[in-house]
Amino acid sequence: MNGWANIKTITKRELAAYFSSPLAYIFIVIFLLLCGFFTFMVGGFFERGEASLVRPFFDWHPWFYLFLVPAVGMRLWAEERRVGTLELLLTMPITAWQAIVGKFLASWLFLGLALLLTFPVIITVNYLGSPDNGIIFSGYVGSWLMAGAYLAISCITSAMTRNQVVSFILSVVICLFMILAGFPPVINLLENWAQPLVEIITSFSVITHFDGFQKGVLDSRDVIFFLSIIGFSLFTTSVIIRGHRAG
Amino acid sequence: MRMITGFIPPSAGTIKVGGFDIVESPIEAKRLIGYLPENAPAYTDMTVHGFLSFAAEIRGLRGEAKAKAVGRAVEMCFLESVQHQSVETLSKGYRHRTCFAQSIIHDPDVLVLDEPTDGLDPNQKHEVRQLIRRMGEKKAIIFSTHILEEVDAACSRAIIIDRGRIVANGTPAELRQKSEWAGAVTLSVSGTPADAITAKLGHIPSVKRSTVVDEKNGIVTVRVFPKGTANGSLAKAVAEVAQGWRVEELHTEEGRLDEVFRSITMPDTVATKEVK
Repeated sequence: MNGWANIKTITKRELAAYFSSPLAYIFIVIFLLLCGFFTFMVGGFFERGEASLVRPFFDWHPWFYLFLVPAVGMRLWAEERRVGTLELLLTMPITAWQAIVGKFLASWLFLGLALLLTFPVIITVNYLGSPDNGIIFSGYVGSWLMAGAYLAISCITSAMTRNQVVSFILSVVICLFMILAGFPPVINLLENWAQPLVEIITSFSVITHFDGFQKGVLDSRDVIFFLSIIGFSLFTTSVIIRGHRAG
Repeated sequence: MRMITGFIPPSAGTIKVGGFDIVESPIEAKRLIGYLPENAPAYTDMTVHGFLSFAAEIRGLRGEAKAKAVGRAVEMCFLESVQHQSVETLSKGYRHRTCFAQSIIHDPDVLVLDEPTDGLDPNQKHEVRQLIRRMGEKKAIIFSTHILEEVDAACSRAIIIDRGRIVANGTPAELRQKSEWAGAVTLSVSGTPADAITAKLGHIPSVKRSTVVDEKNGIVTVRVFPKGTANGSLAKAVAEVAQGWRVEELHTEEGRLDEVFRSITMPDTVATKEVK
């Protein structure tokens, strides 16, 4: 049997696990409520009077994900370790890598589903005006990639501990750093005393890279940035998982 | 055990399962093994049926073969009544059997069971031992236990491991021979004083020593230990000496595993590992 079949089996099980617990439904409801509230109330969607989702809708995503993605990712490995099923999983005829990718894909697909359920916003904006749907599409792609990057980071912190709360807090802090590195007030502060470092630091920020997508530019550098965060984080996760087995 | 199943890499030496080295070709080796970890973990959010289907699928079973394997495991472990219940809601015994069912789902050649009867009630223990006995006819089964009666009930070979070292290795009968009880004769006599009995028994050449175990209601119970290796002759010799006494009871002891275990692993006892 090949590796993809194993990955598919694990992904299927994980997805089923999400939907057999209230977590999935709570997550989706909260995510949609937040999106709606921030887009129409705080974001001033109507006041702007322009047929665009960029500022009122996508601008908030890095901040929603900051709390919601770690909540989805925190149970991935911490729960397995706590219950002891990790031993079961790793003694089955699959590689650790297949397990990691399978679990990650499941959560990522789940986040993708939550994101797709925001489609009424697209309908609304199309009904009210004639937006550039290409930009909206690229915004969605970017948003999903960004969620994947956050999720991969949550994978690391989840693998580090058997306590889900610790995992949650750690990944929130790391993700917060990645947002702040590109947050305008922070950049302004940095420019005053660390001019040469600004470019390096902002290049690590998810906001900087998400910006391109919001403008409708599918820049390969931004795509590679998110994909490499995912790749690197999953690799780190596999190192940590292997470390447990030795210890 | 965790090393055999590939969970922890061995710090020294190699482990081969069915010709496959667990470090070099873990996937092939793991495919041959069914494993029941200690505490029998299972995904609590799944139903028993769902969990077993997942286990079957990851073992490469699909469609018809999968359904058949799940059905067989459910039947063997008596899980029909809880099939569609989530693992979370099960009692410890059922949970344990669910995990056990997972380990036999692909009909493996090698079964590794870490304390398979831990936390089960006597009926369930009996059930599991029967299962081990039955499957042991065709497969290699390794299980660990702290319960020595289990060794007698299910094993063809036992290894005692004390602080990481093998201190004894043999069939349960062989292990029992190591006990100084093995071949000892217990004799109960009424109406004869204790010292007279021990004095007379002391004259038998093959007797190492004899001790009075119990003395009440005029019945004296004496245990006679043989010199060297025991064979049936001691009982005969004791019976000859005892002529003229009113013998209430006379039998040869078999040797006790728990006593062997204690004498080998003293001062502190550690886990045993028994091999079927």
